[in-house]
Amino acid sequence: MDRIAFLLATGLARGLVIALFALSLVIIWRAARIVNFAQAAMAVVAVFVAFAVTALTDSFWLGLVAALVAGAVVGYAVERWLIRLVPARTPLPGMIVAIGLVMVLQAGIGIAFGPQHRPMAAPFSEQPFTVGGVPVLSPYDLFVLLVALGVVGGLALLFNGTTLGLQMRASAMAPEVSRLLGVRVPRMVTLGWMLSAAVASLAVLLLVPTELGLNAHSGDVLFVHAFTVAVLGGLDSPVGALVGGIVVGVLISLVTGFLGAGLAPIAVLALLTLVLLVRPGGIFAVKEARTA
Amino acid sequence: MSSSTPRLEVDGLTVTFSGLTALDDVGFTVGDGETVALIGPNGAGKTTVFNAVCSLVRPASGSIRIGGRRAPATPTGLLERGVARTLQGLGLFESLSVLENVLVPLSGRRDGSGRDAALETLQRLDLAADAATPVAALSYPARKRVALARALATRPQLLLLDEPAGGLGPDDIAELADVVRTLSAQGCSVLLVEHHVDFVMDVADRIVVLDFGRVVACGTPDEVRADPAVEAAYLGLEAAA
Ligand SMILES: Nc1ncnc2c1ncn2[C@@H]1O[C@H](COP(=O)(O)OP(=O)(O)OP(=O)(O)O)[C@@H](O)[C@H]1O
Ligand SMILES: [Mg+2]
Repeated sequence: MDRIAFLLATGLARGLVIALFALSLVIIWRAARIVNFAQAAMAVVAVFVAFAVTALTDSFWLGLVAALVAGAVVGYAVERWLIRLVPARTPLPGMIVAIGLVMVLQAGIGIAFGPQHRPMAAPFSEQPFTVGGVPVLSPYDLFVLLVALGVVGGLALLFNGTTLGLQMRASAMAPEVSRLLGVRVPRMVTLGWMLSAAVASLAVLLLVPTELGLNAHSGDVLFVHAFTVAVLGGLDSPVGALVGGIVVGVLISLVTGFLGAGLAPIAVLALLTLVLLVRPGGIFAVKEARTA
Repeated sequence: MSSSTPRLEVDGLTVTFSGLTALDDVGFTVGDGETVALIGPNGAGKTTVFNAVCSLVRPASGSIRIGGRRAPATPTGLLERGVARTLQGLGLFESLSVLENVLVPLSGRRDGSGRDAALETLQRLDLAADAATPVAALSYPARKRVALARALATRPQLLLLDEPAGGLGPDDIAELADVVRTLSAQGCSVLLVEHHVDFVMDVADRIVVLDFGRVVACGTPDEVRADPAVEAAYLGLEAAA
């Protein structure tokens, strides 16, 4: 019983990080109709910047801000100087270019910084609190949970409560109509990339202290899990990404705790297969998205 | 601007789609506060005229002037030139609410006046009660009104309406005619494409008849009604229908 509480709580924290990353994939998908396979590699570039800032200033918090800013800059650069040059009539060319970008970025980081994992200290303890003798959640997990919830809330507010969010949603649904209504659609696409890459960078940054450390591949597993979640939830559904992220996080945590870490990836794959068999469009898929 | 400069001036407009000549040397004007109807059989090129005015298609030749100046190079520039348009297929954001749909063209306003303008327009078109309803949940006539509201919200000087009466019953068409007459009285120029003959005869100051991408007749409703070329174009339509 004690064990379950602990596994559920850590699963929730991990799940929210996955959900954040999945949300970033949803944002890009809605803005540009691209499954951005380069998301993890781009995020890792930004987290390297954050790592350097933290090393120089000795402040995790400045590093966190740096991750967000660097993520947005990387998103801007990739969209403006690469993706925009790729024919967009079908989704395939963009995805292929994204996969190529993964190779370039990961090889580049490898050449520049070597293959070793650079440990990154968490700003809070990773020793779990105990409630009545039962370990539940570490202060760092709690921090991750709160940051993730804050970002999710902020994104919901941006998209549903501001005119900029309305413009971004409109241009994602019907770019042609939006242009007729005066919306600067290319700018919205760029903003979508910037926002998405910043969120993904934050997710990787939150994850790194609990893993081996930072190297070129630090985001790979997170990407696989988040991609699974985005497919589970339906690439168009932010709510799906959130719920799916928590489900997958808790699943990984429970399987790791009771059956061993080696089985966790298989459990995730089994879940993906199951959902694709039952609902090929994803659980939260709706038949709307692009009108006109 | 002097009253002699037409609100919209189309001259020698030719548009081709990989070999197909959709418009051939089309010319007409719409004056300030004037309502001009563009009629003609299916495939005559009416929507293509709209698309050319909105820079959605590039003409092979010809000129389009709005308020005496060249039309903007991209559709995004239409709004600030006082042009709004409805689409033949409605083109609404189905999953957004009525209010959100109407807010989109107002979303560039920095002074926060967008919301008031949107609500006022909804009021005017009897949509205020549905402001929070997703468009997908509305009846067809109501959705038509949302499309009209979205175009009117920015208070355009030139309004392009693509088949605004299509699919509407007599009462809704009478209301639509009222809206168009009011706009015209306020100085808004209207160019409308419509198959509904009674509606056209009712609201239009002038009618331009297109057939196979050419202007085959042009004049007041009475002149056009009496023109044998129009009958020929529409006999073709009836034979096809
Ligand atoms: N983007 C396009 N690409 C190729 N052909 C086009 C395109 N748009 C229009 N056409 C063709 O141009 C011609 C004129 O089409 P248009 O839509 O302007 O007709 P319309 O008068 O609006 O007809 P309707 O009354 O059916 O709406 C048609 O033959 C149509 O198939
Ligand atoms: Mg048409």
